[in-house]
Amino acid sequence: MANVAAPSTSNSFSWQVPAWLAPLAVVVAAFGVVPFVASPYVIEAILLPFLALSLAAVGLNILTGYAGQLSLGSAAFMAVGAFAAYNFNLRVDGLPLIVTIILAGATAAAIGIVFGLPSLRLKGFYLAVSTLAAQFFVQWALTKFGWFSNNSPSGVIDAPPLAIAGVTFDGAVGRYLFALSVVTVLTAFAYRLVRSQAGRNFIAVRDNELAARVLGVPVLRTKLLAFAISSFIIGIAGVLWAFAYLRTVEPHGFNLDRSFQILFIIIIGGLATIRGAFFGAALIVVFPLILSRLGSAVFGTVFDSGVLDMSQRIVIGALIIIFLIAEPDGLAALWDRLIKRAHGRTEP
Amino acid sequence: MTGFDFTFFLEVLVGGLLSGVMYSLVAIGFVLIYKTSGVLNFAQGAMLLFAALTFVSLVERGVPFALALAITFLVMVLLGITIERTVLRPLVNKPPITLFMATLGLSYIIEGAAQLIWGTQVHGLDLGIDDTPLEISGILISKFDLFAAAVAATMVAVLTVLFRWTRVGLAFRAVADDQFAALAVGLRLPRIWATVWTAAGLIALVAGLLWGARLGVQFSLSLVVLKALPVLVLGGFDSILGAIVGGLLIGASEKLAEVYLGDVFGGGIESWFAYAIALAFLLIRPAGLFGQKLVERA
Repeated sequence: MANVAAPSTSNSFSWQVPAWLAPLAVVVAAFGVVPFVASPYVIEAILLPFLALSLAAVGLNILTGYAGQLSLGSAAFMAVGAFAAYNFNLRVDGLPLIVTIILAGATAAAIGIVFGLPSLRLKGFYLAVSTLAAQFFVQWALTKFGWFSNNSPSGVIDAPPLAIAGVTFDGAVGRYLFALSVVTVLTAFAYRLVRSQAGRNFIAVRDNELAARVLGVPVLRTKLLAFAISSFIIGIAGVLWAFAYLRTVEPHGFNLDRSFQILFIIIIGGLATIRGAFFGAALIVVFPLILSRLGSAVFGTVFDSGVLDMSQRIVIGALIIIFLIAEPDGLAALWDRLIKRAHGRTEP
Repeated sequence: MTGFDFTFFLEVLVGGLLSGVMYSLVAIGFVLIYKTSGVLNFAQGAMLLFAALTFVSLVERGVPFALALAITFLVMVLLGITIERTVLRPLVNKPPITLFMATLGLSYIIEGAAQLIWGTQVHGLDLGIDDTPLEISGILISKFDLFAAAVAATMVAVLTVLFRWTRVGLAFRAVADDQFAALAVGLRLPRIWATVWTAAGLIALVAGLLWGARLGVQFSLSLVVLKALPVLVLGGFDSILGAIVGGLLIGASEKLAEVYLGDVFGGGIESWFAYAIALAFLLIRPAGLFGQKLVERA
């Protein structure tokens, strides 16, 4: 599975060569090499969910990692994005796909601001619990009102084909390239954002709200901006998840477990790092596959899907605790240390 | 709606209040841990599932009721001590959010382990209390609900006595007040935390048995945690009284809303309605009902 790890680092890390070279190399490899060497199975089962979850994790990291607002409702915003894109595509004739995606992100951002309003008065756990409201309400609304799924009796609807300016992105490779382009653009945007004034405001609010206020950071506006941008990115991740990966739009996939999964990705990958989202997503996507192979190789038929499911839960839970204890800065920090060691630079 | 049926209203109200007691039962476990270690223990639901599943599986294997209870009790004590050793101790002095995420991981481990050991099928649980409705001045009330309410009341009484009038309770309160000061006067934090987590495990056992008898013992039992969270937000994370009153309020308003507003929303609102109430309340009164008002909600 050597080719799997390739896009997981489509981001900058400190190298002795110019900082932009490494992410550029990864992006070039992801566009130029991966489509030719990866089998359709690898693309369908690993790379597409990896890209969608990475993007969602980048979005959540802006809110939780940078701005310090814990959210347990990410999957709800993915669902909003996916259903908004479906409905814009269905109800507005001839709307270009790019506009559809941007509008879907904007819808998710609007819903994000609404559910971010409690953050103006609540903090920490109280806020985390209130984001659960988003999770349950959105899922309820999407299942309850048939309008959202165009009154489809099963609630499961096929996603429309991905086509931009007459070029259709179908087949595994096409959808991969489409998802990769979206992820690359939004990751670059997120990378610039966290280094802008807005990004520094996020960090100031996270580290010390009172101090931020004293320094003249508009705390309330900053929090809502974090919710909006984070939801925008997560919403588009939801579009990728439904349109490029699953090819169906349904509310059930965007449940609480998915929200936790995205949170786990940023804990394992590293809070407040962009590349951590990709490391964490790679681990979360690839790990169950490895575990199932390993399990059936070692235990044979005893290792059925039920046992697999449970052992997955146990190992993921254990990983979370181990990372929180041993490497609170996640895989991203681990990676930095490895790079430093490889270059023979010892810390003072 | 033609005419307002007051007896029916009362029946719904009482039913709601009693189901609120069930929420409080779960919420009290959270409060206990939050008060003494400042951790929002998301794994409380998983512990509840684990306790109920262990108990049921033992009974199904022919272990007598009392012995099964004792063994489960012991298992929960061991679990509490293990959690303190392996999770809490290495994370001492970390921000509360980190500890919260650790309990998220913990809940995954416990849920997985419980079902790996005991299987995923649904178990029926009979506590020997028949659930025939009781008629009190024209209102039908479930006997089982009354029993649950009595258990909850006993538990609150025991906890209140414990916190107020015993040395252990004094130590608990000291730790809750100021961890460093408690350490400075020689209280042994690890031991106190192990005790608290054990106590929370016991509350999980009681709540697990009652909820298990109601819903059947299965995975969805660990989801009652999601019912308890709005109760906590409403009542304040650090108040046992708040957990009770919050539970009653949420239980009653949820049932009333379902009966009287259900048609407006098209039903199925119980998944989020409690959260809406809690949020609406908090926007007016950010300190919650009984939360410590001095402390910022952080």
